[in-house]
Amino acid sequence: MDLITPQLGLLFWQTVLFLLLLFILTKFAWKPIMASLREREDSIESALRMADQAKIEMQQLKAGNEKLLADARQERDRMMQEATIMANQHRETEKARATEEANRIITQAREAIQQEKNAALAEVKNTAAQLSVDIAERILRRELAEPAAQTQLVDSYLKDVKLN
Amino acid sequence: MKHLLLALCFLFTLPSFAVQPETGAAEAAETENFDPGKVIMEHVADEHEWHFATLGNEHTGTHVTLPLPIIAYQPSKGVSVFSSSQFHHSANGTYNGLKIEEGHLVAEDGSKVYDFSITKNVASLILSCLILILVFRAVASGYRKRHGSAPKGIQSFLEPVVMFIRDEVAKKSIGPKYERYMPYLLTIFFFIWFNNLLGLTPGAANLSGNITVTFMLAVATLLITLFSSNKYYWSHIFKPPGVPAWLLPIIVPVEIVGIFIKPISLMVRLFANITAGHIIILSFISLIFLFKSVAVSPLSLAFGLFISMLELLVALLQAYIFTLLSAMYIGGAVEDHHDADYQMGYDDGSETTHATH
Repeated sequence: MDLITPQLGLLFWQTVLFLLLLFILTKFAWKPIMASLREREDSIESALRMADQAKIEMQQLKAGNEKLLADARQERDRMMQEATIMANQHRETEKARATEEANRIITQAREAIQQEKNAALAEVKNTAAQLSVDIAERILRRELAEPAAQTQLVDSYLKDVKLN
Repeated sequence: MKHLLLALCFLFTLPSFAVQPETGAAEAAETENFDPGKVIMEHVADEHEWHFATLGNEHTGTHVTLPLPIIAYQPSKGVSVFSSSQFHHSANGTYNGLKIEEGHLVAEDGSKVYDFSITKNVASLILSCLILILVFRAVASGYRKRHGSAPKGIQSFLEPVVMFIRDEVAKKSIGPKYERYMPYLLTIFFFIWFNNLLGLTPGAANLSGNITVTFMLAVATLLITLFSSNKYYWSHIFKPPGVPAWLLPIIVPVEIVGIFIKPISLMVRLFANITAGHIIILSFISLIFLFKSVAVSPLSLAFGLFISMLELLVALLQAYIFTLLSAMYIGGAVEDHHDADYQMGYDDGSETTHATH
């Protein structure tokens, strides 16, 4: 059978040319192609990895921002609370001081009134004494002639005075 | 399916073989007689000139041929180089004491001739090598020109194929050491594929369906397998794990024969698939001449077209199978794991499924 009998010449040429083809293609095609493919795959992989990293960083940044915001909010709440407490305290203190002041003023006023009253009373007493002396003088002048009547009059005046 | 078609084609060709002696004798007188077996075998076999067409009668008409160089070595006369057209110029078809007899170069005096001629197949081989080099130089220059950017043109067409061979064939079958074998695997894949397609071109040679070519490729795979084999590969052959001692006299010879059966199966599979495809197409076309009726031609052409389409698929498939099995044999030889048993089992299984194509 011709069909399944190897030909010497073709075997020779096939071997030589195939090895030559293998050599040429390896040197000028397969090596550059494989290297380029690997390089491109590496670059794609690194780009993907970088994108992932950027995503993680973004998330971290976002989380950081949120934390900062939450902190700020907390700080504000705390400050507001403190301010309220301080204001309340201040108001209480002011109120206490005002009350104290008022009490003091009232006490002073009372003391002053008491003094004035005492002074007034003393003056009234003095005035009354003066008046009595004046009255006694006038009575003495007019009614010295009649001593009994004088005494009676004095007594009646004095009674009136005492009633004051 | 392929085998079925092959059997079918043999059914068509067998009667013609049987009647060959009768018609052979009457051929000179009865030129109208058509012998499909002879025509088909002439088409799938090698020749010393590239014959494209015959205008007019076979004996008196014009033959459109490309004469090819004859390079012959005779121990007695040394090397002689001349054009094959010289045979036609002389009256009895001999030149320099050499003549073509049934497609073979023989000496007139019957002495030994070593034929290194650039035959139709060698010319086709040179052509395919040039095409492969041009195409892949273009692809490689694409990577250089568009460094780091997306592929374009022929580069984008062949890049997925290269990546498929790398990722699906080499990485999966060979494992981490795949890189060393990539140039060989890519070369055989594209060599077989391109030559299968060239073989389907009208007027072209049947190079990848030639047993010499598939023999050389199978030997290359065998040599690479043997030279890259490690001690686990040989220990699996001479001391298969888990096999009882009394079975070894049977298993070891089987394993040793297996080393050679694998490349032989590669050789026969590619040769038979491609040649069978050519024979089937030619058989359908021959039906027109056998029946001597134009009425048969629509059916013949429809079947021929269908088989041609199928052959386009087979061209790719056989290149893939040859490459995949080569990668698996190499993978079996370089593997240094103990789970090689599973791999070998898988290997054999896939081989039988592919053989049914």
